Amino acid sequence: MRITCPYCGARDAQEFSYLGAADPVRPDGMAAAEAAMADYVYLRDNPAGPHRELWYHGSGCRSWLIVTRDTRTHAISAVEPAKVRKAGEAA
Amino acid sequence: MRYSALSLLTQALRGHKGWTPVWRDPAPKAEYDVVIIGGGGHGLATAHYLASRHGITKIAVLEKGYLGSGNVGRNTTIIRSNYLLPGNTPFYELSMKLWEGLEQDLNYNAMVSQRGVLNLYHSDAQRDAFARRGNAMRLAGVDAELLDREQVRAMAPFFDYDNARFPIQGGLLQKRGGTARHDAVAWGYARAADSRGVDLIQNCEVTGFTMVDGRAVGVETSRGPIRAKKIAMAVAGNSSRVAAMAGMRLPIESHVLQAFVSEGLKPMIDGVVTFGAGHFYVSQSDKGGLVFGGDIDGYNSYAQRGNLPVIEDVMESAMALWPGLGRVRMLRHWGGIMDMSMDGSPIIDRAPVEGLYLNAGWCYGGFKATPASGFCFAHLIATGEPHPVAAAYRLDRFASGRLIDEKGVGAQPNLH
Repeated sequence: MRITCPYCGARDAQEFSYLGAADPVRPDGMAAAEAAMADYVYLRDNPAGPHRELWYHGSGCRSWLIVTRDTRTHAISAVEPAKVRKAGEAA
Repeated sequence: MRYSALSLLTQALRGHKGWTPVWRDPAPKAEYDVVIIGGGGHGLATAHYLASRHGITKIAVLEKGYLGSGNVGRNTTIIRSNYLLPGNTPFYELSMKLWEGLEQDLNYNAMVSQRGVLNLYHSDAQRDAFARRGNAMRLAGVDAELLDREQVRAMAPFFDYDNARFPIQGGLLQKRGGTARHDAVAWGYARAADSRGVDLIQNCEVTGFTMVDGRAVGVETSRGPIRAKKIAMAVAGNSSRVAAMAGMRLPIESHVLQAFVSEGLKPMIDGVVTFGAGHFYVSQSDKGGLVFGGDIDGYNSYAQRGNLPVIEDVMESAMALWPGLGRVRMLRHWGGIMDMSMDGSPIIDRAPVEGLYLNAGWCYGGFKATPASGFCFAHLIATGEPHPVAAAYRLDRFASGRLIDEKGVGAQPNLH
């Protein structure tokens, strides 16, 4: 599997670490209800199909990336820098 | 037909022409007391224990492919009960006890072989951790033995004891652990359930739930709708997909785990051995192939196939432990889809949707749990109450903070 990093080009997936789904957004700390925080920490859509997920290019530019990858085929359709998304904003 | 030495002899004298199909191939009926989604090890075991222990026989097991086509036929066949945490140890020990009587219960040869499971340790800290685990096991009535380096060497002289980075200091041995023939487990449960009237319906994919007033009263399938008083899910690997049909999100990610078999070799290794400095476990099948595996690939996947980096990692661990494997050729490898839960432990519980029961989140430890999973799930479905040894496997434990995290890595499924 190769990931085309927007900064470094197509690189082996071993250069990256995987975090998980990109779309859950952390609720606002103290204001959030317990249930909302539990949903954020534990529940996942876990789709069979296109999945937006966070990868970190640790052996390269050290950027966080949002990769759209089909979980049935591992085919990657889009890679974008994660920092474009503002903190707290739904993707 | 009951299997025995006599039946084998009789058939041999008749040229083996009298064997009959092991289970029927029924068409789905319109309604059942219990519909079990998933004809793998756990689903078939659930059907068997519902029929044999609770007298419920109007059951259908729905399988989208063929029986045992999922993870029950894709694992590395290891059975053990060497768990540390109180929520886990009694459950897996019940499973081990059921393994010990399984073949008599099913009248089927599942080739349960208690050849021992040995976890190697390579540092003082790891020895302390294993001593603690062994003590916890013995307190719970499980057998465990802490071996030093020379005791391990007597069992397996061919490991690299003086590896510069990972010298072997000893191991934690569970003698009652071992292996079982994974496909035969599925077939044995299927045959036993079928003989009590359970309908095993293959090529029948569930496509949705029939809901009335928020209650699940049946399933839509590729072979038509089926009504059910109770619906039980045992579809590990695809739990999130099936749960989504009922409007649920689960604390689960699906990940691919690879396993490997070498070419057939003469007997080399007696039991199951795990390398403590990497993730690698190996045993030898009765056919002679070394059966081994390591980590999951680490990213969400439903592909049932993995990638090369993990293969390289597993082979490196193998060479670090056992340099003599360098000239052994790998014969084949494959992947299975794991329900990786958020704390590394399973879920056996009523679902938030009424009428629906959930058996999920087995991570990559589902095979050894097959008998107890079916036993406890059947208990829950039949009585409405969780079985005492599975009482900790609640779905709400994530929100309430009662996690069972053996590895202590938190809500990061690819690290369990």
